[in-house]
Amino acid sequence: MQLIETIEVGAGGAASIEFTSIPQDGVDLKVVLSGRSTDGNNYFGLQFNNDTGSNYNYKLLSGTGTAVSSATITSGSFLRIYSGDSDYTANTFGNSSAYIPNYTSNSAKSYSTDALNENNSTASIQNLGAGSWTGTSAITSLKIYGAIAQYSTASLYKITAD
Amino acid sequence: MKIVVDLSKPKGEREQYIPLTDEEIAERDSQAVQAEAERVEQEAIEAQKAADAQAGRDALVALGLTDAQINALLGA
Repeated sequence: MQLIETIEVGAGGAASIEFTSIPQDGVDLKVVLSGRSTDGNNYFGLQFNNDTGSNYNYKLLSGTGTAVSSATITSGSFLRIYSGDSDYTANTFGNSSAYIPNYTSNSAKSYSTDALNENNSTASIQNLGAGSWTGTSAITSLKIYGAIAQYSTASLYKITAD
Repeated sequence: MKIVVDLSKPKGEREQYIPLTDEEIAERDSQAVQAEAERVEQEAIEAQKAADAQAGRDALVALGLTDAQINALLGA
C-alpha cells in the first residue's frame, strides 16, 4: 500500500477535498479520513469522477454500544464516509476508511467502509458499510465533500500488485 | 473554499485552494437538502420498524405470553 497524498484542511475549513488525476497503475484505492464537520452531520459525501447523479447504493450497519441500526440507500447521489460531528466533544475527530477495489475496471465499482464516530464517553458509534457506484469508467478523481473542519485530514493510498 | 489536489503534479505543487462559484454553492446546498431528506427518510423507516416491533411484542403480551417467553421466541 502506497501513500499517494495526504491533505490537512487549513483555517476556515473546506467545502471539499478533491483528488484529481489519480494514478491508474494501482489495483485498489483506499481513503483514510480523520474528520470533523462544522454543520452537525457525522459524515461527508464521497463521489467519483464528479458524478453527482443517483448512481450510488449502499447499506450501513451502526452500533452505539447500546443499540444497533441499519440503513439502506438506493439511487443516492453519494456514498458516505464518516467523520466527527460538530455537536460532539470539542476537538474530537471521527476516523474512517473507504476501500475501493479494482478502481480502474470498466465495470461498476464496489466500496466498503468502516468508521468510528468519537464523542468521548457520550457515544462511540461504529459503522460498517458496503455499497457500489454504478459508473463503469475507471476512477480518475475522488471527492470528499461537506462542511469539513480545520485539522481534518484525508489520505489517499493505492494498493499495487507488487 | 474547495481543495483540489492534482496528482499529476509533483508533490508540493498539487494543492489548490479555490473559492466556490455561485453554481457550486447552489449545488452544495442542493446536495445538503438531498442528504437531509435521505436522513429523515431513514429515521422514519427506523421509527416504523421500532413501532412495528413494539406492536408485535404488545400483541404477544395480550395473548398471555410472558416476557421470558417472548424473548425466547424473538431471540432477544
